[in-house]
Amino acid sequence: MTRQFLGTAALAFLTMASAAQARDQIRIVGSSTVYPFSTAVAEQFGKTSGFKAPIVESTGTGGGFKLFCAGADENSPDVTNASRRVKQSEVDACAANGVKDITEVVIGFDGIVIVNAKAGPSYVLTREDIYRATAKTVPVGGKLVANPYTKWNQIDAKLPAEDIVVYGPASNHGTRDAFIELIMDPACEKQPEVAALAGDEKKKTCQSVREDGAYVEVSENYTVILQKMISQPHAVGVLTFSYVDQNADKIKAATVDGVVATYENIATSKYPVSRPLFFYVKKSHVGVIPGIREYIAEFTSEKAWGKSGYLAEKGLIAMPDAERKAEAAKAKDLVNLKL
Amino acid sequence: MTEMVEPLTASVTVAGVNARLRRRYAVDRWFRALGVSAIVAALTFLILLLGTIIGQGYTAFAQSQIRLAITFDAAILDPDGRGDPAVLGTADYGRLIRQSLETLFPDATERAQRRELSRLMSPGADLELRGMLLADPSLMGRTEEIWLPTSSPVDQLVKGHTGRTAEEGGQFTDGELRRIDRLRSDGRLAARFNKWLFTQGDSRQPELAGLAGAVVGSFYSLLVTVLLSFPLGVAAAVYLEEFARQSRWTDIVEVNINNLAAVPSIVFGLLGLEIFLNVLGLPRSAPLVGGLALTLVSLPTIIIAARVALKAVPPWVREAALALGASRLQMVTHHVLPLAMPGILTGTIIGMARAVGETAPLLMIGMVAFVVNVPATPVDPATALPVQIYLWAASPERGFVERTSAAIIVLLCFLAVMNAAAIYLRKRYERRWG
Repeated sequence: MTRQFLGTAALAFLTMASAAQARDQIRIVGSSTVYPFSTAVAEQFGKTSGFKAPIVESTGTGGGFKLFCAGADENSPDVTNASRRVKQSEVDACAANGVKDITEVVIGFDGIVIVNAKAGPSYVLTREDIYRATAKTVPVGGKLVANPYTKWNQIDAKLPAEDIVVYGPASNHGTRDAFIELIMDPACEKQPEVAALAGDEKKKTCQSVREDGAYVEVSENYTVILQKMISQPHAVGVLTFSYVDQNADKIKAATVDGVVATYENIATSKYPVSRPLFFYVKKSHVGVIPGIREYIAEFTSEKAWGKSGYLAEKGLIAMPDAERKAEAAKAKDLVNLKL
Repeated sequence: MTEMVEPLTASVTVAGVNARLRRRYAVDRWFRALGVSAIVAALTFLILLLGTIIGQGYTAFAQSQIRLAITFDAAILDPDGRGDPAVLGTADYGRLIRQSLETLFPDATERAQRRELSRLMSPGADLELRGMLLADPSLMGRTEEIWLPTSSPVDQLVKGHTGRTAEEGGQFTDGELRRIDRLRSDGRLAARFNKWLFTQGDSRQPELAGLAGAVVGSFYSLLVTVLLSFPLGVAAAVYLEEFARQSRWTDIVEVNINNLAAVPSIVFGLLGLEIFLNVLGLPRSAPLVGGLALTLVSLPTIIIAARVALKAVPPWVREAALALGASRLQMVTHHVLPLAMPGILTGTIIGMARAVGETAPLLMIGMVAFVVNVPATPVDPATALPVQIYLWAASPERGFVERTSAAIIVLLCFLAVMNAAAIYLRKRYERRWG
């Protein structure tokens, strides 16, 4: 009766599921920083190419590589976005699962910006200030000690007399890797006390973020950081440029090493804290899943990633003309990744 | 109770009794005041919550639109004049919009000004015209006044969410502001009902982003959930309540079901990933798999509710049926189940209401994704309502702030309808045992 009908219906669903195996839609995973750009391309591609719009999941850079490298079969994603370069360990994991041929495409730059609310004080920082505010151990008077700073003016008398509160990305985040690589490492390795340390010890000292509550980890969701900024005007946040661009009426960017984070300054590499963004394509899926070549072509077209393309409007910082041309040619020929 | 014969002391005088009575009544009044203040506090929080959400979200139900005189020019759309749908589908509808804007603002002759003109309109406005013409080919050659969506920055300006100057978040040149003001004073620019919110899938353009994909995804997931968890839950409850002999074994099962009801739903998501995706090879991001994971979430709730409802049926109903020669199965299906059904249905709907608000299990099976197409079947990739709220909340574009709240309002309406259905069913079929 009713129950029999329900059972049959459930079975019917399951059979439908197994029948719909062959995939006709590109699947993309990876970085939440690249997500706004990747989805914009996916949507445009779906509207104009005649293929279905790709499915884009925001899994974080590391999570993206994990899914991407899980296998070469159709159930695995075709493209993964990354806000840092792929690591050797990830390439090895890919190869172990039969994912051998990968094409790397650099799509443009992203600035890492230190911001606070418009109502708060203006910060004029150097990378060393930021390092001293956020590291777990800092050199004071020739010795490495647990971070003693609680107010900005203890680091440099010119800075405001405000409590140090930094909202930044959590350790699973590509932006955190870039924060460490571009701000912490360069400032830290300049310290004579640190330079004396051995390789591993040095790395650990430079890359450990304080855990006494002054650095607050916020995972995945940037909007949370934005709201914290507004409720605590003296707190600073570590955000990517596209957020600052879209919320210029609420937050302002601190200058880092004397340079303001603007589109021009990041594009011309004057601003010290910018990084390239990537996506990686599984070559064995090209030609099997329809539309991958066309998707790459859309992403690397001038109307998308060009200086006045629609990705620039979303906050992506375009590469110089020659680099764009070279990168587009590489993407078109699906050149293999070389680390 | 033992009768104590005590000598009359001072406490058993009229005055003493009255004093104690006053004290007891005072405690009573205090308790009532406490109860009222608890309710007031709860209501305040609820009103604050609803107030903020509705206050932020109601503007998303309107979208700024510009009324343009659009000429469906056959020379542009269909130069061969054959009416071939393939040609009409890929024609340059954006040019119709540009032409109309340029006749409206003949002073915009430079290239930069013309670019400013096209920035007024949503990049999806041409798709609107395409849809109209494909639905009604007789429009060809005619000129119509059509309301088309503006771009999101214009929309935010019209709604007063961003100011006019750059410091206030505005992104416009003086020329653009002048044009926007003129369109408004001419009555050509106005906020009108936002139909895209209900007909479109997700989009990176706030003005084109809609909930249709998420609503359909949620619907399919719930359909799968209800089709699986209702029969399974009722069968399990009936067996445990009516057939199984009380033993150590049934005790263990009972304890485990109660524990499962308290397991965080992310655990069911991990289980779903492992079993449904990795072992069974079902497609990622599909509402079918979402429904299976949500079945795991809601099943314990339904079993517990169904068992309570079965327990509430008085034993004489069973005894009477058995005495008249019914088999145990007949007793259950003819008498006990129909009487317990209102309670079971209420429990099921509450279980479903929990399932519709779940995000965590869907995260693991890939339903937290950017999906443009509205799913046609339960195996097409889709999102769900709570997932859409999460994705929009994380989007940098300003237009998504109000749309996030609007999505929450839609989800709350969903829940309100389901809970109202539960109350209706309970009232309609409720029986009191004298």
